[in-house]
Amino acid sequence: MAADIKLRGKIKDGVAEIKSLMPHPMETGTRREESGDVVPAHYIEEVVCQHNGENVLRAEWGPSISKNPYFAFSVRNVSPGDIISVRWTDNLGESGSGELVLK
Amino acid sequence: MMKHSRRRFMRGLSVAVALAALPVRLMARATDAFRATKLEDANKALFGQLPLVESDAVNLKIPAIAENGAVVPVTVSTELEGVQAIYIMIDENPNPLSATFELGASSPADVSTRVKMGKSSMVRGLVKTRDQVFYAAQEVKVTIGGCGG
Repeated sequence: MAADIKLRGKIKDGVAEIKSLMPHPMETGTRREESGDVVPAHYIEEVVCQHNGENVLRAEWGPSISKNPYFAFSVRNVSPGDIISVRWTDNLGESGSGELVLK
Repeated sequence: MMKHSRRRFMRGLSVAVALAALPVRLMARATDAFRATKLEDANKALFGQLPLVESDAVNLKIPAIAENGAVVPVTVSTELEGVQAIYIMIDENPNPLSATFELGASSPADVSTRVKMGKSSMVRGLVKTRDQVFYAAQEVKVTIGGCGG
């Protein structure tokens, strides 16, 4: 059910600038429906970024990252054809991922 | 006696194995820091006794006025060498710690995301080297709070 991560990236002087968008509700657990019911917390807890299968960045998030998170980062020592992948896991154990072949 | 030292050896070995696996999973989730409701407690949970030093070397890019607190763009970057991790904290949010970013050895210290702010607050970008923490802080005025959604 997890939607895929949208990834874009470009190489500049051997450094890849990666931009990602992750469709996700990022519910804080404090928001209420009009009925007054609390919407349970549902947010991305961990994001792991890999370059050709090697971890280059690992993020931990709380529920105060905005809905449908945007996340940009950079990766050094890249060449065209290298693969950047991003994977998130949320507090309910769901996950989503995306992959990008650098040009 | 033999048994005891063997056990100690095995324990040492498992620690060594765990340390060797560090690049794969750098640290367990900083649960205490994320649960902290006060900035000092989050800092303590993350950095222990490490001194926090305000520094121009940390670049915190965030609007001074955020019309919509639900989506506030923030970038933290630095040219400092040996940065292991980057943190975003929002003093007045229910849980000040918003995000941590653990960097691989060759990863540039430059991350951007968007955060929710319940009300106007000081926002901090922190970077941790092996033995020091540097930060930049900026006040952000929020017109419409963003922690409801």
